[in-house]
Amino acid sequence: MLAYLARRLAESFLVLAIMSFVIFALLGLMPGDPIDVMIFSDPEMTPEDAARLRALYGLDRPIAERYLTWLGSALQGDFGYSRLYNRPTLDILLPRLGNTVVLMGLSLFLALIIALPAGIYAATRPQSLTDHGINLIAFAGISIPPFWLAILLIILFAVVLGWLPAGGMGDGQSFWSDLRFLVLPVLALTIATVGGVIRFMRAAAIEALRQDFVRTARAKGLSGRQIVIGHVLRNAMIPVATILALQMGNLFSGALITETIFAYLGMGKTIYDSVVGNDYNVALVGLLLATLTTLLANLLADLAYTWLDPRISYQ
Amino acid sequence: MTISPHPETPNEGRPLLAAEAALAGGAALSVRQIFWRRFLAHRLAVASLAFLVLLSLASAAAPLVEALLGVDGNLVDLFNAKQPPSAQHPLGTDELGRDTLVRLLYGGQVSLIVGLAAALGSAVIGSFLGIMAGYYGGRLDALLMRFTDGVIALPILPLLIILAAVDLRKLGLPEDLVASESISIYRIVVLIVLVGWTTVARLVRGATLSMKTREFVRAAEAMGAPARRIMLVHILPNVVSPIIVATTLSVGGIILLESVLSFLGLGIQPPLPSWGNMLTNAQELIWEAPVLAIYPGLLIFLTVIAFNFLGDGLQDALDPRAIQED
Repeated sequence: MLAYLARRLAESFLVLAIMSFVIFALLGLMPGDPIDVMIFSDPEMTPEDAARLRALYGLDRPIAERYLTWLGSALQGDFGYSRLYNRPTLDILLPRLGNTVVLMGLSLFLALIIALPAGIYAATRPQSLTDHGINLIAFAGISIPPFWLAILLIILFAVVLGWLPAGGMGDGQSFWSDLRFLVLPVLALTIATVGGVIRFMRAAAIEALRQDFVRTARAKGLSGRQIVIGHVLRNAMIPVATILALQMGNLFSGALITETIFAYLGMGKTIYDSVVGNDYNVALVGLLLATLTTLLANLLADLAYTWLDPRISYQ
Repeated sequence: MTISPHPETPNEGRPLLAAEAALAGGAALSVRQIFWRRFLAHRLAVASLAFLVLLSLASAAAPLVEALLGVDGNLVDLFNAKQPPSAQHPLGTDELGRDTLVRLLYGGQVSLIVGLAAALGSAVIGSFLGIMAGYYGGRLDALLMRFTDGVIALPILPLLIILAAVDLRKLGLPEDLVASESISIYRIVVLIVLVGWTTVARLVRGATLSMKTREFVRAAEAMGAPARRIMLVHILPNVVSPIIVATTLSVGGIILLESVLSFLGLGIQPPLPSWGNMLTNAQELIWEAPVLAIYPGLLIFLTVIAFNFLGDGLQDALDPRAIQED
């Protein structure tokens, strides 16, 4: 088990290292480098000045060399400064990572609370009216453009009803007033997530329901409820756990859209703003943190397997 | 988009084929007849297909509609901005005075072309990698599948945002290509294919693994058929159903992704209209012209859900497990 964990961790860091180089190279291909930005803000600067600055910051050196320099300081915990905020990159990103974890965690939790019963209920009554209804809702959830959904929610709850703020963050004064700012983003992300989870849950439950042990349980006289809770739920959770882990990347993408529209200060919005605003250090480290989060979520799901299904063991 | 939210469901509750055959007076049904019977039984899929055909025709007729109404979809006319519906502008005009209906139709062209092209591209690359991994197995398989897992685990949207911001001139592409209006269509198709092939690759690999142990494949091998021929002639035609289903289901996700990127200003670039970039200003216009925010979003929603239902119907109709019952 420990050896397996070590190997998986090593793999995750390998993926992370490859990603860091790829993103580093991509950022080098973006229009304008930091010096262009300086030229833009200082019309007096001559081309010679610009060349001197490029040499000073090492921007004239080959990409591999620049990457190794970056990696060297990154490994010592120095991720550079944010150009937009003039503060160390991690000071900007870490609190926002926390905000995103709150948003994603709440939405995923709500989606599961809704999808587990809905999916199992539909699975126990295949082709019934309820099944078709749940299926239709699930399809609608998968198909609705998340940014449009967010705009509709703003129109309804902020513009028409005036119940909730249209965007932004609380001022941290009181927990309850801060919570009001979370409602719409969490609602939007939950709706965007729940459809897929219902479909997976339903498929997994149907698969579990046709297993021999379910027939045995029924034959020995267990009630439908006992069978679903004791036999189906746990077995259906195994495939769902994998899917959920693989959905982490999607969930993060959904969070990016939600955060951007609701001006919620999370990682997704920060990455988007930094790419659009040429803030290379923040873009690079932000994307790496997002990748690390999804990789660790994958690892957690694999560990959840052994808990859900003791027959699986890792060597 | 990485993992499609469409698990393969077994064909529960569907009338068995024996019963269908009995209905047909005991005469055996051909595979094609079975397909059509099952597909037509999925009413939502049939309605979706009709909607998509209509939408494609209407989008293709955009220049015709333009001529009929006597309007120019790209003409900025600030004196006639945000007009209510009228005879000349059936759906009114946008914040720059352009006809909303015509722009919606041109946007439909863009969305459908991007969706279909990127889905086909992903299917081709995914099939190629999947069949190679499944047929050759061993180290190649391990390497390709690790790579696939890695791509699936990535947070796709932020990655696409960085990719979409790359300056194509720095990649050494010719200036006239980079400056052309349709470059944003090519670029978004390529970007989506880059991250979109994983679903088909995994499906085809799995199907190839089970195919390559079948007798007819073994027989072909024993007769000395080259690997390329076995893969193309003996395996690929037999795994084509799941490819069709997965590809149809992926179109919806791709259209969503395109609209998100265009909405964020990184996809289809104005003045070329797309449903996504028509919504870019919608948030500021919520107060004055809320309908401008409704139409493009509604069309994205309907198109995506139609492709999803269509894929679901195809899945039911092509389910190999059900056909084996015959």
